[in-house]
Amino acid sequence: MKCSDFLNELSDYLDGRITESLKSELDEHLHWCHECHVVFNTTRQTIEIYRDNQIYELPDPLRIRLHEAIMTKCRKSRDAKKKIT
Amino acid sequence: MQTIQKRTEEGTTDEMSLVQAAKNGDLEAFSELVRRYDRNVFRIAQHITHNEEDAQDVVQDAFLKAYQNLEQFQGNSKFYTWLVRIAVNEALMRLRKRRSDRTVSLDEDVETEEGSMPREVADWSPNPEQIYGQSELGDILKKTIQGLPPGFRTVFVLRDIEGLSTEETAEMLGLSVPAIKSRLLRARLQLRERLAKYFKSKKNGDGQQ
Repeated sequence: MKCSDFLNELSDYLDGRITESLKSELDEHLHWCHECHVVFNTTRQTIEIYRDNQIYELPDPLRIRLHEAIMTKCRKSRDAKKKIT
Repeated sequence: MQTIQKRTEEGTTDEMSLVQAAKNGDLEAFSELVRRYDRNVFRIAQHITHNEEDAQDVVQDAFLKAYQNLEQFQGNSKFYTWLVRIAVNEALMRLRKRRSDRTVSLDEDVETEEGSMPREVADWSPNPEQIYGQSELGDILKKTIQGLPPGFRTVFVLRDIEGLSTEETAEMLGLSVPAIKSRLLRARLQLRERLAKYFKSKKNGDGQQ
């Protein structure tokens, strides 16, 4: 297996969506190819860092304000529809 | 290896009965659906627009549109999938407006060579997240993902941050499964490449810019 073949399968490998036989081939490639091993590990870390450090959480006061605004708009929309029908 | 888990909050009440109740005019049922998914919609909108004001508007408009068009939701897909599709379209529309760039599109041609093949293969520090303080790390992560084309970062956010499947992401974005896979791989590799300059092991450099 060439490094480019390994890279093509990298996403499915990380997601665990590959067959056992392909997994064995990829494992073997990782065993001797240091560069792919580094790319594999650091790509996995990249995903984990983004998953573990949520950078755009919705703060509670804003969440309450948005929720009220949404429900007010929905209520108006429903009442306007009732008038028409 | 850890399997990626869904981040959406599965409530105890069946989603379809909430949708059905909302269709029949029960606003409290719709309010429950908003509470269930508002955090997800906000995160997705922020990632696409990179603007908090726009993200707030997207959250409001997406839920209002969903409410007004509930009759059209047939239940062939999950409510969340349908909702996110609305939110992604709203977010892209706002991004286009702000950038006054008519080319912003999910299927724009992003066939750049950059990031397709790794160039930086230095190993990272054993604990890359501990090199920086929480707020500095947040800034690095934001700056890094902002550099990706919208089509790449949207796929990355839905698949890797929200934990949706490739098939669900394809359905939400109206793209094919191979297109999602290709974008996801390139998004992951480009992010890895860009983060390497902050996180690489000190053995191979000073680890910082």
